[in-house]
Amino acid sequence: MSKAVSALEGVSHNGFVAVAEAGLRGMITLRGDLASAKMKKAVKAATGTAVPARRRIELNGDKAAAWMSPDELLILVPYADAVATVAALEAALAGEHHLAADVSDARAVFTVKGARAQEALMKLCPVDFNTLAEGEIRRTRAAQVACAFWKSAEDEFTLVSFRSVAGYVMGLLDVSARPGSELFPA
Amino acid sequence: MSTRLQKGGRLIDRTKPLSFSFNGKRMRGFAGDTLASALLGQDQMMVGRSFKYHRPRGVIASGAEEPNGLVGLGQGGRFEPNQRLTTTELFEGAETASQNHWPSLEFDVGAINDRFARFLPGGFYYKTFMFPRFAWKHVFEPVIRQSAGLGRVPQNRDEDRYEYAYAFADLVIVGGGIAGLAAALAAGRQGKRVWLIEQSAHWGGRAVVDAVQIEGTEASDWVKDAVEAIEGMENVTLRTRTMASGLYDHGYLLMYERIADHTPGDGRPRHRLWRMRAGHVITATGAIERPLSFAGNDIPGVMLASAVRDYVVNWAVSPGDRTVIVTNNDDAYRTALALLDAGLVVPAIIDARPEAKGPLPEAARARGLRVVEGHGIAKVKGSKRVTGVSLCVQAGEGAELETISCDAVAMSGGWSPVVHLWSHCGGKLIWDEAQAMFRPDAKRPATGADGAAMVTAIGSANGILNAHEVLADAHSAAGGKGAAPGAVCGEDAPMMPVWIMPQGAGPALRMKMWLDPQNDVKVSDVQLAAREGYESVEHTKRYTTLGMATDQGKISNINGLAVLSDALNRGIPETGTTTFRPPYTPISMGAIAGEARGEIFQPLRKTPMHGWHETHGAHWEPVGQWRRAYCYLRHGEGVHDAVNREIRNTRNAVGLLDASTLGKIIVKGPDAGRFLDMLYTNMMSTLPVGKCRYGLMCSENGFLSDDGVVVRLTEDSWLCHTTTGGAERIHGWMEDWLQCEWWDWKVYTANVTEEYAQVAIAGPNARKLLEKLGGMDVSREAFPAMEWREGTLGGFRARIYRISFSGELSYEVAVPASEGRAFWDALLAAGEEFGVMPYGTEAMHIMRAEKGFIMIGDETDGTVIPQDLNLGWAISKKKPDYLGKRAQERSFMASPDRWKLVGLETLDGGVIPDGAYAVAEGVNANGQRNTQGRVTSTYFSPTLGKGIAMGLVRHGPDRMGEVLDFPVDDGKVVKARIVDPVFYDKEGEKQNV
Amino acid sequence: MLTLECPCCGVKAEETELQAGGEAHLKRYGPGSSDEEFDGYMFSRKNPRGVHFERWRHAYGCGKWFLAARCTATLEVFGTYPAQSKEPPAELQAKIKAKRPGWEGWK
Repeated sequence: MSKAVSALEGVSHNGFVAVAEAGLRGMITLRGDLASAKMKKAVKAATGTAVPARRRIELNGDKAAAWMSPDELLILVPYADAVATVAALEAALAGEHHLAADVSDARAVFTVKGARAQEALMKLCPVDFNTLAEGEIRRTRAAQVACAFWKSAEDEFTLVSFRSVAGYVMGLLDVSARPGSELFPA
Repeated sequence: MSTRLQKGGRLIDRTKPLSFSFNGKRMRGFAGDTLASALLGQDQMMVGRSFKYHRPRGVIASGAEEPNGLVGLGQGGRFEPNQRLTTTELFEGAETASQNHWPSLEFDVGAINDRFARFLPGGFYYKTFMFPRFAWKHVFEPVIRQSAGLGRVPQNRDEDRYEYAYAFADLVIVGGGIAGLAAALAAGRQGKRVWLIEQSAHWGGRAVVDAVQIEGTEASDWVKDAVEAIEGMENVTLRTRTMASGLYDHGYLLMYERIADHTPGDGRPRHRLWRMRAGHVITATGAIERPLSFAGNDIPGVMLASAVRDYVVNWAVSPGDRTVIVTNNDDAYRTALALLDAGLVVPAIIDARPEAKGPLPEAARARGLRVVEGHGIAKVKGSKRVTGVSLCVQAGEGAELETISCDAVAMSGGWSPVVHLWSHCGGKLIWDEAQAMFRPDAKRPATGADGAAMVTAIGSANGILNAHEVLADAHSAAGGKGAAPGAVCGEDAPMMPVWIMPQGAGPALRMKMWLDPQNDVKVSDVQLAAREGYESVEHTKRYTTLGMATDQGKISNINGLAVLSDALNRGIPETGTTTFRPPYTPISMGAIAGEARGEIFQPLRKTPMHGWHETHGAHWEPVGQWRRAYCYLRHGEGVHDAVNREIRNTRNAVGLLDASTLGKIIVKGPDAGRFLDMLYTNMMSTLPVGKCRYGLMCSENGFLSDDGVVVRLTEDSWLCHTTTGGAERIHGWMEDWLQCEWWDWKVYTANVTEEYAQVAIAGPNARKLLEKLGGMDVSREAFPAMEWREGTLGGFRARIYRISFSGELSYEVAVPASEGRAFWDALLAAGEEFGVMPYGTEAMHIMRAEKGFIMIGDETDGTVIPQDLNLGWAISKKKPDYLGKRAQERSFMASPDRWKLVGLETLDGGVIPDGAYAVAEGVNANGQRNTQGRVTSTYFSPTLGKGIAMGLVRHGPDRMGEVLDFPVDDGKVVKARIVDPVFYDKEGEKQNV
Repeated sequence: MLTLECPCCGVKAEETELQAGGEAHLKRYGPGSSDEEFDGYMFSRKNPRGVHFERWRHAYGCGKWFLAARCTATLEVFGTYPAQSKEPPAELQAKIKAKRPGWEGWK
C-alpha cells in the first residue's frame, strides 16, 4: 500500500468540460543560471529536454521542464522519480550556485479537458488566451490563488496549484464547468 | 386608459401569450413584452409610490432611465427588490409587487406625507433631526429606519449562481443602435478583435422606432442585415442583454450580462460580470429624453414622448386614448404622428417655442393636428391618473387659459447624450448651447496606458441626433473605408431650452414641478437650496437628494442643474454636472461576488491531516486562510474542558500537534549566511550544520515581525521556519531584499511550506513513541535538544527537529505532505499504549504561555521591539547591521521607559480579561486615566490551576512583586502581581530529559 | 485598474496579478546614518502629481520585482524596467522628457 496520496485522491467532475485532479506528479523547483552549460546538461539528463525559453514548457512524455522565472525552472517527472532526480540535479550542478527542492508534495495537479476547456479557465484567470502561444506555460491566479497552466494536449489544459488549496481550486473548476454556463454557446 | 392595440408591435409575439401577476392579480402579456409594456397593456398605469411623499407613480420611460417603475420580482430564493419594469423582460409566471406603500398601492397611509409636503422641503433631514441630541437615537433613527429604503430586503438565500469571465478585445463598441452597428461593420472588416454589446434584448435602438430609411430600406431591415453580416465575422463577438456598467483605468470595462433573468431557473448562471480589457472603447450609448418641468408632471400618465412612441410601435401599447403632446422641439411630433398612425387621438400639440414651422410640425398640421405655439402646460389635472391639462402662455406666470381633457401627456424637453462611460474615466464634457446638452468634448477624452484617447463617443451619445450624421460619425470613428451608410430622415428645426413651464411660474406651481420623481425632488427644493447658500452642484445633490435615487438622475440631473444655475444666476456650464460614477444601472450583488460564495467564498487551506481533524471533533480556528483545530471536542465535552484535557495529557503522557502550517523556507547559496545575518537579529551564519536556533526578524522600522526556528541543513543551505501566517509574507520579504537591494548576493530561496506535513510530538512519552516507530536513534545522548536528524522513521522519510514550544520533551517531525495523513495515523496507532492524544492550537498557546514564550500577534502588535520582550539575548551585539538595527537605535526605542514584558498573576487566581490596561496615577491631556501597562496574553492554566498572564508594563522587570490595578467592566478592578513570565518548569528540566 | 508589462517574463499583467511596493530608487540607510537620513529613507515619500517611479512585483506570475514609470494623474505608463537598476534607463528618461517637457527629472 502506498502511503502517499494526492490532496483530493483523484476526484473529478463532468460539466461542459471534464475537470479532474490528476494525482501525484514529481515536481522540482530548480533555481540557477539557466544559460549555463551545466544547467543545460542537468536538465537534459533529468527530462530529456532543452532548457525552456522564456515562458515555455518543454514536454517529453511524462517529463517536462517549464520556465518559471528568469532564474527558475519547474522540472516535472513521475512522482516516484522525484527524490532521485533531485539528487541527480544536485550532483550535476555541483560547484555551481543553484537550488533544487522537491516540491512534489506541495502541489496539486488538475486537468481540464474538452473543446471548451479554455472557457472554464477564462472565468478564473485574467489571461488573454488569444496571446497564449503553443507550448507556453502561464503563471497567473485562479480566482484568489496562484496557479500555472499549460496546454498539455489538444483540448486539454493542465493546471497546477498549491496542495493546501486543492479543494478550493477543484470547487472553482467544478462551478466554472457547469453545463449551461458556456461563455460562447453555439 | 392604457390598452393593447389590435395590431402592430414589432417586438411582441402574439402567438405566445404569457401570464404573470401584479400585486397578486393575474395579468397577461406576450413574449417580447417588458413588464412595463405588459402592465400598460392591461391598464396598470400606476405602479408604485414615491419615496418621500408616497405619491402615486406611473411608468415614465421605456428604458434604463426609468425612475418610477420599480417592483419586487420573484419569490423566495429568487426574490429581488427594485427591478426596473422597463428593462425586465416578461416571462411566464413572473410575480411582481409594487413597493413603498402600506397597506396597499391604492390606499396608502404614508401618502399623508404629501399633505405635509410644505414641511418636508429639501434638506429636511438635516434641519429637523439636529435637536435635541438624544432624540436621534431614540426617536428619529427608529422612525427613519422604519420608513427608509426602497423595497423589501430578500430574506432567503439566493438560489441563483453568478460568475465572472475575463475577456480581451481591440475594440469594444457599447450600444447596438445604428451607430454601434455601423461602427462594428467598419471595424470588423478591418479584422480587429471587436465586441459589440447591447444592454437590451434587441438591436437597432431608436432608429427602428422612428422609421428612418437607411441605404434605401427600412431601418429595421438594415439592422437585420447588419447583424447578420457582423455575425458572419469571426473576429466580432455580439452580445445582447449586456450592459457596460463602468469604464476604469487602462481600458478595464465591466460588462454585466443578464443571461437568465428572462428564463429563471433554467440552470444557467443568472448574471455574468465580464471583466473586459479593451484596447479602445466606442460609446454608442445613445441619448435620453428629458422631461419638462410643469405642475403635476409626476401624475401617472405623464410620460416621455419617445417612450410613448416606443410603447405604440414596439409593443402595440397605447398609454392613453387621448394624448396631449408638450414639447420644446420637433422630435415629439414623431410621437404625435405615431399615435395618429395607430388610430389614437392627439387633442393638441403644445409647443413652447414661439414658432414651430419645421417639416415635422407642418406634417402634423397637414394631418389635421392642432399645434399651439408659444404655450405650455399650466397644470396637469388628476391624482392617480391624468384627466386633463390646462394651457398657459409659456412666457407668462401660469394663468390657465383652457383645459383639454386627456388621459396621457407625452412630454419632451430635448435630449441628453448618455455620457456616463465617456465620463467614468475622466473624459470631459462641453455644453452645446444650440441643443441644450452636455456632450463629450472630443479634445479631452479619457486616456489609456499609452497616453492616447481610450474612448470615442459616436452618434447621439456624441450629441448627434440626425440619423444620417450618426452613421457618418460612427463609420469614420471606427476607421471605416469608403462611404458611410446613408440615411434619410427629416430635418429637425432647432429646439428651445425650457427649464420650467411656464417661465414665470410662481411658488405654488413650482412646488408641484417634479425634477426627480423617485426621490421627490421638486423645482422649489433646488431653488430653496440655492437660497440657503448651496452653490456647488455636488452639495445641492446631497442636500436635496436630487439624482440620488436608483436611476441616479438619468432624466433629472440636467433639469435640476439648469434650475440651480438659474437660481444662482449663472450659466449651466459654470455650474457643471455632478460626477458620473459606475455602475451605469444597478448591478446585482451576486454578479459582484461572482463565483465567490459558499465553499469557495475564499480559499480554505487544508493540511494533509485536515480530514482526520474534521472527523474527530475539531473545533476550528481560522489562522490566515488555514483552518486549524483549536481543540478536539469529545462527546458531550465543552471547549474549555477539551483544552484542559489536552494540556494535562501532553504534560503527563504525550500529545500530537499538527504543525504543518508553519512556514518553511529554504535559503541557499554562498551568501546565504550573510543574508540571514541581515534578516535575523541574531547570528545565523555561525549556526553549525545539524543544529537549530530560534531567531527573530524585524521590519526596517525596528518592530518585531516574525519568529521561528532556523535550521542549518548543509554548509550553504538553511531552512527557516516562520509563523503560520508569516510564510508567504516572509518569503516575499526575503525575495524583495534579494532582488531589489542585494541583487549581487548569491542566494536562492524556495518556499517549501506545503511540501511537508509536520507534527509536534510532545510530552514525557514522546521519545518512547518515536522509539516504537523505530528507524532512528532519538535517545538523549544521540539526539540532543536543538539539533536535527534525517532518516527513515517507521518507514517514513523523515526529518526530525528536537525543538520544544510546550516545555515538554518534544520532537517535530516533517514527512512529505502526501504521506502526512498516513504518518499521523501511524503515530496514533503506535502511541495508543503511551496515552497519545492530539492537541489543538489553544493547548499549544497555553503551554507556551506557561513557559513564558512569546507569540507573534499576541505579545507583538507592530509597535513592539524585541528589547521590549526581554529578547536581548537573541540580538547580536557583534553584527554591524541587520534589518531594523538602525531603527532600534532611535532615542524612543532605546528609552528605559518603554513597557516591557512581565508575567502577571491575579491575587484571586482568576483570569484577567485580554487587552486589559493597568492604570497609573493622574490623567492625560484628554482627561483620561494614565496607563502603565497592558495584558498581551491571558489564560487559565490547568497545569497550575489558576489564571496566568503576560503583559507589557513600564519598568516591569524592575517591579517584581508589585500589584497593579486593571479596571474591567462594570467598575470592577482586577488586582494582579508582577511576576516572572516563566510560570512552569523554570529550569527547563522537562524538555531536556 | 492598471496593466503593466513585466520586464522579467514579458506578460502584460493586470493589477490583480501584481503587488504594489511603493516608491522606487530609495537608498537604504543603516546603522551609522544620521536621524535625518534614516527618517528620509524610512518615512519621507514622494507623492507627485505627474511622473512617478514605483516598485511592483509580479506576485501571481514570475514572482519578480520590477520598476515602472507612470503618470499619477493620467495613469499613462512610460515604461517598465528591471528592479536591478540604480536609476531609470536613459532612453526611458528621454521618452518621459519628450512627453512631459516640464518634468524635473527622477531624483
